[in-house]
This record gives sequence, structure tokens and C-alpha cells, in this order.
Amino acid sequence: MRDELLSIIEKNSRIAINELAVLLGKEEIDVANEIAKLESEGIICGYHTLINWDKTSIEKVTALIEVKVTPQRGQGFDNIAERIYNYPEVRAVYLISGGYDLLVTLEEKSLKEIAGFVSDKLSTLDSVLSTATHFVLKKYKDHGTIFDKKHEDEREIVTP
Amino acid sequence: MTKPLSDIVQDIKPSGIRKFFDIVSEMRDAISLGVGEPDFDTPWHIRDEGIYALEKGKTFYTSNAGLKELREEICNYQKKHQGIEYNPLSEVIVTVGGSEAIDIGLRAMINPGDEVIIPQPSYVSYEPCAILAGAKPVIIDLKAENEFRLTAEELQNAITDKTKVLILPFPNNPTGAIMEREDLEKIAKVIIENDIYVMSDEIYGALTYKGEHTSIASLAGMKERTILIDGFSKAYAMTGWRLGYACGPSEIIKQMTKIHQFAIMCAPTTSQYAAVEALKNGEEDVKMMRQSYNQRRRFLINAFKEMGLECFEPFGAFYVFPCIKEFGMTSEEFATRFLEEEKVAAVPGTAFGDSGEGYLRISYAYSLEKLKIAMERLKRFVDKLRALQ
Repeated sequence: MRDELLSIIEKNSRIAINELAVLLGKEEIDVANEIAKLESEGIICGYHTLINWDKTSIEKVTALIEVKVTPQRGQGFDNIAERIYNYPEVRAVYLISGGYDLLVTLEEKSLKEIAGFVSDKLSTLDSVLSTATHFVLKKYKDHGTIFDKKHEDEREIVTP
Repeated sequence: MTKPLSDIVQDIKPSGIRKFFDIVSEMRDAISLGVGEPDFDTPWHIRDEGIYALEKGKTFYTSNAGLKELREEICNYQKKHQGIEYNPLSEVIVTVGGSEAIDIGLRAMINPGDEVIIPQPSYVSYEPCAILAGAKPVIIDLKAENEFRLTAEELQNAITDKTKVLILPFPNNPTGAIMEREDLEKIAKVIIENDIYVMSDEIYGALTYKGEHTSIASLAGMKERTILIDGFSKAYAMTGWRLGYACGPSEIIKQMTKIHQFAIMCAPTTSQYAAVEALKNGEEDVKMMRQSYNQRRRFLINAFKEMGLECFEPFGAFYVFPCIKEFGMTSEEFATRFLEEEKVAAVPGTAFGDSGEGYLRISYAYSLEKLKIAMERLKRFVDKLRALQ
């Protein structure tokens, strides 16, 4: 049940327990228990809302920053990653294989604020060797959801 | 001037629910539960392979029986899922949808006056194709008390010394019924004892929600007397690509290929390249779609239960077949009023044979959101009818 449950609520976290039980063919109590377990095991980490900010009047600028760092003895990358992800404006931090080490996603109100973060906070960290900042111009798809695309049902109304 | 039309073609009755289809087609704002095709798009990697084939200029005919690589993949698939070993060079033909395989399969096997046994309710093509092939269709009315499965007794009673082929349409459109191994074993025994053939239409085989689908061709002594029909439309959401296939004894496949060669030449080349990709790398997609259909199936069965509508639990295809006999209307009357009063289109059971009277085919090839709205309307409709009774 676990895999199927996760795949449903990953797409729709607002679904009611009784509806979920019907879809999974399980008892409500078992579904509720399983969700509680997933939460306590830290597998379900939150129930967020996917917002297309471009459609609002609120200004948001997203930047992806490639960061090269010096790993620390006994700590690897974990320590420096923590120093970066503790900033609330940092949305995501990933350790990456390839040409650089950390990929940092940043969301701010303006380009200036992002520039400020990179120059004042990020670049000045001791283990940071270099950064390269990329600004997001348009989000086509996020979290598996395509923005701005209406899917019309073009099938015939009735077919045998 | 002589009359231009064939008597045989003219005698084939048009679909008995013409009127219903005409009303539906004028109601563009209706919610439809009426389609017989997936709501998913063909998975992108499969479409991409089709596009790539076009880009590379693979725009020629393939061999009559289909791309060798595709036939090999089909054989791998049948071996993996059914344990049946077919020879890709002589026991497989790629067709224009499963529909063509039904047509040419019957034409390859039928002599004038041979009888073809067709269990109903079932897909609309079997009877006309049998008639066009010169056969006499013999209908078995499947029963709700058997969950619309075919029983050995029903089959035995329909067999005469003229019987040539049984059409075995499971998982079934429109009922959603399946035949499990133990059901098929009893049927196989009757088939072998009476020395007849089976055309097993397994186009919905991958959409089975109770264990894995079993093909009758996988049972002892049955491979040599079964034409297995499958395709890409339902499992891989590829209806518009028009691609199916038949596997069977080489002597029959050889004659089918002859008809196919003269009537069709070969199945669409682009589709065949896409289908190779589907069989090679499409298993996860099928799994994902099956899981989604299964959730909707459970949702509908539960909705019927809550509104007190009688319905057996179907374990295949993407249809449910609730009983509407309690309302004292024909299927067509019920479907027409449901459409006019609640703007929801579901197909009357009688579209699939007389034994569909008293039932409605509801397709769940729709999103849960749509199904939810449709079930709210169905509940309102049956509550209203019950209040008037």
C-alpha cells in the first residue's frame, strides 16, 4: 500500500482519508495509521502547495547557483551545506556530481537581493571556492506539473 | 442500372442505438463516460520514437507481416507474460489495430456456413466481421449471475457440428469481466473435445486488476488452436496509432498474411517503430496507468454501493457494467434520460448485444475529478427515479 499511497498524495495532498481508503481498497484506519507512520519516519516531510507565482502580482526571482567548495575533513560537504541551507531564503540545496559541488536554489523578491546574498553571504564562506549564478526566466514545469497548459479532451464523446 | 450494393452488407444491421449516438453528438457540454479508449496520452518516449522514425526517413513499407524487430519483441512479450513461445518468422502478424486481426482472422478460417460462437455482451465488431466472412454467428448470452464469464455448459450447448471458432473476448468490453485460469481450463477442455478453434481477443489483457491476465493459448493443447489477438491501443494508450497483432498457428497466420498483403500491405511504419519502443521500455508506463485505472475502478464500485446500484465487481479493462433493471426502463431509455436530464453520456448495454439489456456501460478512462462529478449526477438521477416509483 505504501508506494501507491505515496504516489497518490504526492499529487494530491488534500485528499480525504476516506477517499484515499476507497482508491487503495483498504480500511480507513489502516490508511490513517500508515500516514501517521510515514510522517513519523520522516518520509512525508510536509504538505505544500504548488503555486505558479508568475500569475500573481507578487514579484519573485528564482536563481540556481552552482557552488564549488572545499570539503572539510571528517565532515565532507555536510557542514558547508548546513551553513548554506540554514538561510531561510535558500529553497533547496543539493550535492551534485560533476563540474561543481552544491546546487543552491534561491528565491527572492529582486535580482538585487539575490546578488546581495551571493556576494555577502555565500561567497564569503571560508570553504566556498567559486559560484556561478543562473536566473530562472520562465518556469515551464515544476514538481511534475506543467504550468499553463490546458489539456483538452479531444476524444469522441462515445466510441465502442 | 443494377443495384450498387451488396446484399450481405445491407443486411448487417446498423448499431441499434444510432438514435442515442445522434443525441449525444449534439450535446457538446455533456460529461462523457462513453469512450472506449484511454484518457492518457501515449507515453512521451514512445511518441518520441515515432517522431525519430519519421526524422530518419523510415517512411517505406515494412514486410507484410510487420517489422521483424517488432515481431521479435511481441514474441518476447508473450513469452515473458504468458510463457508461450511463438516463432517471430511464422506465427505473428502485425495488423492495423486488433480490429483488422479479428477481420482477417475470421476470413482466413471461415468456409460458407461455418458457425462462429460469439459470447455477448461484447465488442461490436465480432458479429459483422463473422457475417462478412460468410459465417453464421451463434450468440451466447452471458449471465450476470456468472459475472458475465463464459461457462463450459453455455459453450457446450452452443456447439454444433458446424461450429468452427469461438470468439473469447476477455477481459471484456463492455462488462469488465475477466476469465481466470480455472475458468479457462474448463473452456479449453470443451474446445479440445469438440475440435474447434478459439479467437482470443486479449486487447485488454494488460489491464487486469486481479493477478496477472492468463491467455487461453498458454494452456496445454491450446496454442495450436488459438488465434491470440492483442495490440497497443489500450495497454500503451496508442489507439490512434492503429496497431495490433495476432499470434497463432503458422498455417492460419500464413493465410491471414495473404489477405493482409492484398488488402492492407502492411501496418503503418511509424507506428511499428513506436511499438518496438513500447514493448522494450513501456512496462513502467503500463504499470502506472493500470494503477490509476484500478483506483478509479474502486472509486466507481464504491460509489455504486453507496447509491445502492447493483453491480458485480469487474476486474478487467476500464469498464463497469451496473444494472439498472430496478427502474423499469430499457437501457436506451435510461441512458437517454440520464443524458438529457443530467448531461452525462453512458452507453446503453444493448449496444453490445441483446443480453446487455438492463445494463449501462460506464467507462473509467476519465480523471477521478470527472468521475466524481458524474457519480454525483448519477446519484441525483437514481434518487429522483426512486422517489417517483
